[in-house]
Amino acid sequence: MEFLLIHVLNALLYSSVLFLIAGGLSLIYGVMRILNLAHGSLYAIGAYVTAWAIGTAAAAGAPNAVLFLLLPAGAVAAAAVGAALEPTLLRPFYKRPEEYQLLVTFGLLMIIEDCLHLIWGPNPLSAGKVYQLAGSVNIGTSRYPAYNLAVIAVGILSALLLWAFIYRTRFGVVLRATSQNMRMASALGVNVNRIYIQAFTIGCLMAGLGGAIVVPGQSAVLGMGVEALVLAFVVVVIGGLGSLEGAFAGALIVGFVREAGVALFPEVELAVLYLIAAVVLLVRPAGLFGRGER
Amino acid sequence: MAAPMQRPLLKILAWAVPLGLALLAVPHVVGPFHTLTLMYGLVFGIAVLGFNLLLGYTGLLSFGHSAYFGAGAYAVAFMVKYFKLASMELFLAGSVLVSAVISIVFGFVCVRYTRIFFGILTLALSQVLWSLAFKFFWVTGGTDGLRIPTPWLLGMDPGTDKMEFLAFRYYYYVLAVFVLCAIVMWVIVHSPFGKALQAIRDNETRAEFVGIRIRRYRLIAFVISGVFAGLAGALWAPLNGLATPDVLVWTFSGEIVFMAVLGGFHNFIGPIVGAVAFTYLKTYAVGFTVYWQLLLGTVLVVLVLALPRGIMGMVEYLIAKLRRPR
Repeated sequence: MEFLLIHVLNALLYSSVLFLIAGGLSLIYGVMRILNLAHGSLYAIGAYVTAWAIGTAAAAGAPNAVLFLLLPAGAVAAAAVGAALEPTLLRPFYKRPEEYQLLVTFGLLMIIEDCLHLIWGPNPLSAGKVYQLAGSVNIGTSRYPAYNLAVIAVGILSALLLWAFIYRTRFGVVLRATSQNMRMASALGVNVNRIYIQAFTIGCLMAGLGGAIVVPGQSAVLGMGVEALVLAFVVVVIGGLGSLEGAFAGALIVGFVREAGVALFPEVELAVLYLIAAVVLLVRPAGLFGRGER
Repeated sequence: MAAPMQRPLLKILAWAVPLGLALLAVPHVVGPFHTLTLMYGLVFGIAVLGFNLLLGYTGLLSFGHSAYFGAGAYAVAFMVKYFKLASMELFLAGSVLVSAVISIVFGFVCVRYTRIFFGILTLALSQVLWSLAFKFFWVTGGTDGLRIPTPWLLGMDPGTDKMEFLAFRYYYYVLAVFVLCAIVMWVIVHSPFGKALQAIRDNETRAEFVGIRIRRYRLIAFVISGVFAGLAGALWAPLNGLATPDVLVWTFSGEIVFMAVLGGFHNFIGPIVGAVAFTYLKTYAVGFTVYWQLLLGTVLVVLVLALPRGIMGMVEYLIAKLRRPR
């Protein structure tokens, strides 16, 4: 029982991070119809910046409270990068065929990956101090890292916040309107350019937050973005590209399948995930929660 | 009827013959370094020619062609490891078979979709193969890969001087296969079948209306495309000497797309030009700096922004400009 509970918590932990990455990817696709291949790299930026900020602060002897406050630094950095990228590099591509959008974001992925290498070097970067400081809690007779519980809480909280933001605020209405019909929204006086930059920034913020909260538990390494991107694809394909509910459900499915896979069938764990995505696309082309418009 | 057919043929021969002679002379004129780099370029050229049957002629962007290339390479590696074979002809036949089977299965699933979903689906399926190659290390060697010795060509012993073998005999072998593939692809895209693919690309509804069975045509194009990539993978394996999961991972598919766009995918020879240019670009970028990805990424972004029709698009534009009556 206790053993099972720990597995469930691990699955939730993994799902939380996945939701942050895939939710951002899906939000961006839903509003802007652009599939950002560099999205995983923004997650990596979040991880690197937070690890660097906490590492530097800890080395300088900053009080423990400051270390916790520095956690969101990566999210802010990723959002800033996103806000700079959208108007400069992505905007010229909205009216061009998708292959060019995919290519420009693929180029971006290569650039960001190497910039991380250039700035922080080839060695993994960790913010393990925060992880230790958080301590652990007792679950039955075993001990479980308290930080992991905090990550799960952040995942659930951000899902709730995002839901409230999109379905309960005026900005959310405008965002959904733009997503459904960009031309009509524009004709009704919505500043589409501004909505796009905001949506892209929020998407990047989520990816960055995902990276920021993951990095105390595991190190920031080169290539983590590429790996995360493919898993985020699996999540959005299962849930439905452009749907936040879908990203939530998809993240839970992938999280639990992966946790079960690691325990029960480690060799084909990744293959099973990709196959689930392929089967979902075959049976429900728009994903579990997708709007079957395309 | 014969006369109008002959003129384009003559025009093609006018540049194909000197180019062919130049390619034949390469190993004797330049050193092994350039010969080998060119060989990599020609091998990738075959893969990108296949890829472009989908992108340029059918209008489907595959982000998973690493799967078929890798399948070809691993088919060779398995034939060496488990069947103790050494004949290149058997390798080619085996990899054609394996990549055809895989592309029939994957293609059956993928051709139901177009545009972005097609891209994601091809990517996801290619990652299935990658993860299998990565995880079943006792079969595939994991990240260490599988070693591939120099093969026998047309029943002839490769000898012990590997460099001499690769830079001369294997070069001509690759060149011959490459020329054959280019001719086959040329015939395919200029056949009624090729025209039907272009009709599907330009207007799906109309193509269906004139009686083209869209899904079946797309599937056939997908399989041909996969087989070309598999054949390229088989040629690549002895050249590289090692089959690793690196050629199965999706970023390698991205490089194939990169090559097609660099050369220009609106043009028949664009992919070949792109593959050779990309190979040189990457070889020099890797030799020049550890941050070669940064360099190539910047090239890609600038290319897509400023030169979306690639090198051949640029050449066509310049030729048209020169020919314009003054």
